[in-house]
Amino acid sequence: MTMTAAQTTASDTARRPARRPKQEPLDYAGRLWMKALLAVTFLLLYVPIFMLVAFSFNDSKRNVVWQGFTFKYYRVAWENAGLVEAFTNSIAIAVLTTIFATVLGTMIALMLWRFRFPFKAPYEGFMALPIVIPEICMGVALLAFFARIGWPSDLIWPLNLSQITISHIAFAFPFVAVVVRSRMSGFNRELEEASKDLGATEWQTFWKVIFPFMKPGVIAGALLAFTLSLDDFVITFFTSGPDTVTFPVKVYSLVRRGVSPDINAASTVLIVITIVATVLAMRLQAPDKTEGR
Amino acid sequence: MESWRKNPTVFWFLAIPGSVWLLVFFVIPLGLIWFLSFGEKALIDGRISATEISVTGTLKQYVRSFEPIYLVIIWKSIWISALATLLCLLIAYPVAFAVAFAPARWKSLLLLLVILPFWINLLIRTYALIAVFRTNGLINWVLEWIWTPIHAVLAIFSLGWLVGDQFQPLQLLYNDGAVIAGLVYVFMPFMVLPLYATIERLDKAYLEASLDLGASQSRTLWSVTLPLTMPGIVTGVILVFIPALGSFLTPALLGGANAIMIGNVIEDQFKAANDWPFGAALSFLLMYATFGALAIRALLDRSKQGMEV
Amino acid sequence: MNEPIISIKNVSKRFGSSVTAVDNVTFDIKANEFFALLGPSGCGKTTLLRMIAGLETPTEGQIILDGRDMLEIPPNKRPVNMVFQSYAVFPHMSVEDNVAYGLRVTGVPSEETATRVVDALEMVKLSQLSKRMPNQLSGGQRQRVALARALVKRPKVLLLDEPLSALDAKLREAMQLELSNLQRKVGITFIIVTHDQDEALSMADRIAVMDTGHISQIATPAALYESPVSRFVADFIGKVNLLDGKITGTEGSSVVVDVAKLGRITVPYQGKASGNVAIAIRPEKVSLSPEPPGAGRISAEGKIAAWAYYGDVSHMYVDTKDGLRLSVNLQNATRQTVHGLDIGHKVWLSWAPEDVIVLAE
Repeated sequence: MTMTAAQTTASDTARRPARRPKQEPLDYAGRLWMKALLAVTFLLLYVPIFMLVAFSFNDSKRNVVWQGFTFKYYRVAWENAGLVEAFTNSIAIAVLTTIFATVLGTMIALMLWRFRFPFKAPYEGFMALPIVIPEICMGVALLAFFARIGWPSDLIWPLNLSQITISHIAFAFPFVAVVVRSRMSGFNRELEEASKDLGATEWQTFWKVIFPFMKPGVIAGALLAFTLSLDDFVITFFTSGPDTVTFPVKVYSLVRRGVSPDINAASTVLIVITIVATVLAMRLQAPDKTEGR
Repeated sequence: MESWRKNPTVFWFLAIPGSVWLLVFFVIPLGLIWFLSFGEKALIDGRISATEISVTGTLKQYVRSFEPIYLVIIWKSIWISALATLLCLLIAYPVAFAVAFAPARWKSLLLLLVILPFWINLLIRTYALIAVFRTNGLINWVLEWIWTPIHAVLAIFSLGWLVGDQFQPLQLLYNDGAVIAGLVYVFMPFMVLPLYATIERLDKAYLEASLDLGASQSRTLWSVTLPLTMPGIVTGVILVFIPALGSFLTPALLGGANAIMIGNVIEDQFKAANDWPFGAALSFLLMYATFGALAIRALLDRSKQGMEV
Repeated sequence: MNEPIISIKNVSKRFGSSVTAVDNVTFDIKANEFFALLGPSGCGKTTLLRMIAGLETPTEGQIILDGRDMLEIPPNKRPVNMVFQSYAVFPHMSVEDNVAYGLRVTGVPSEETATRVVDALEMVKLSQLSKRMPNQLSGGQRQRVALARALVKRPKVLLLDEPLSALDAKLREAMQLELSNLQRKVGITFIIVTHDQDEALSMADRIAVMDTGHISQIATPAALYESPVSRFVADFIGKVNLLDGKITGTEGSSVVVDVAKLGRITVPYQGKASGNVAIAIRPEKVSLSPEPPGAGRISAEGKIAAWAYYGDVSHMYVDTKDGLRLSVNLQNATRQTVHGLDIGHKVWLSWAPEDVIVLAE
């Protein structure tokens, strides 16, 4: 079949790149208005925070206007004894909480992952309660509880932080359990069976096969517990006393007096710590492609 | 998964510490509050005691919460939270959608950017909003920056009075609007995450099939995408509405005396006003609302049981 | 009837700057034919199918459907419909609603919709299950819903992406027949994408064999099998013995080929290849016998090295004296055929020169 002139020109011109006025049908993120929406949303989310951080360096007591770069308010914050003490308290509580919450949460996660038992579903609901109920309910409940049982309130440091710490552990470890549990759900049980088939005992199997897989989840859970504790306001507000103040609670009392750059400085420090911990947690939470398959 | 009987020692070893902790430091305190909600400040020598509480099984405190002053506050809390939740949903859905359909290398970055504010202390985020909303805060500063040249130009024609002779900053703080904006700002990541998770998991073939069969993009959204992402929507709504309902920090800082929510009243009862039984009753109303929402969600889950294909 | 229903003209698809999924492909598909795109995974066949459907846009080239250039036309406006590999049956709608969906969203009046849905369900034999929800159906049933849903729209072309890959062996064979019958009954063009050559050979009128974005050969199943044009096609379709050789001369309409470890053979060949070539013989064209063969056949002596017995055929591997391993398909033609044969036995292999395929390297 010989090609007609018309057909020849058609195939010649067909090699030009196709005109594409329309996007690929499912390329939603590529569309202009989507990109605009994302940009605007991120802008709105971050502008207040950037402002807060930026003005911690502003050499001016009150104004919105920029008057020069300075670290002076960081020094003011640092010299505020109450603030520093509150900060130390927060760190101490967070560290203790992390240790206990990680252990408790991991144990519960393992138990739920491994065993069947009657009333398991209601139990899982019960374990999820601290995550779901409004913080204020838990806060006032703990306040009433400690008052009612006459928990001693004149212990020396760090024992005087026990009320807060215990409360933090109580609301943090279910989160750890969730994180570890979700990590474990990716575990290929056949690895465990293979280990036993090759002669390892329960204990050996746990430490050499299960725990290494679990580790990123445990670390992520620990970092989660750390940030939850460090940042908690509501529950701490109700369980702290006049001499057991934590960082967020202290900042709250300063804020009631109005906006001022040393608060910005203190907040910026907390933000940096939180971001570092969070990014670490996310890095570790990302499923390892080589494990568990 | 094995039965607990196969290895009871390990089972109890793992189960007991966490369960006991929750029992003692969570269930019992909540039980205590529930108990107290049926009490009242004790009468000692004919005077109302500041510290003693007698639990008499009375429903007085619950009845009290339905008194007009409190009913108004409860009602306001509900509609503020509902409005904030709705706004969150309307903004979060397209954002989650955009992130879910973004090219793979952008996805994790975008997700991180969305989650990051969530990790910053609630207090700090709310405080940051004060700097934005107050009379010499960012918004008013920008408005003034726009107003000034307009006023200057109009003044040339002696029409300056049209926009006012003096810049009037907007009163953005200390009203319901500020609280709603604050709640939306603070809880946005809670709505985006479950929405993102559900949209991401959605088999794109459903959308392609819908288009292939002749439906337009908007029809596909309405008939296929929304129904199939409903579980994510429900989760997001619950994750925002409940904490919003119980929030007291955001209304305290942004609403001042004009926008009091239940959370503020509860906080007051346990601190300044020192009326624990009443605070307990209010707390439990909040708990019942939470349980109600969870029950609704469970029912919705059950009826949609068959949809996982 | 002379105009092709689909013309693919110089179509290429590149993802990013490094991945070329489809590379300058040009061919036509005739109206009412059952056409297959066959190839290993990653060869670009699914991408090509999706470009016809409109779910991907070509980086270069044109797709002409029924005389219209599909460039500006989104998937929901094209006269083609697709049956997805995962079926994509909407889980939140009943069977009926799924099938009716495509009619409802294009504004077909409800009375007409109702009749067409009933007819479509009957055509795929799902009338009893019209009110069921997809999670109550088996995989095969869901596939029929997807079929009915697409066919009810009366498209000019039906696209099927790996339609049989998710089905078990028995169901697969039944579906092969059903799809062939359906295509004849409905009378429209079917295009299937598959990596399974049995599927393609048994169902299609013509097959396009693809390899890394290019089309290696388009032909009827018989032509592909008996006259492959390249080593890749010969090897991909069915089993084949491939030997290296060199053309050393011609004799009329035949060529003389020096085949490594076999010797000099003379085979009919009128193609253009010269120099180094590949020699292909299909296993079923090779005869096996304990006695040397008669004249006029190419032969080799060897021992049976391995043997897989399938009842109706035996797949044997014979190591020749000169070191070739040839595969032979022995039909169990009589009850005595395999009697006395065993591993290690000396046998003579032979085949007719006309059955040799000469392939350019």
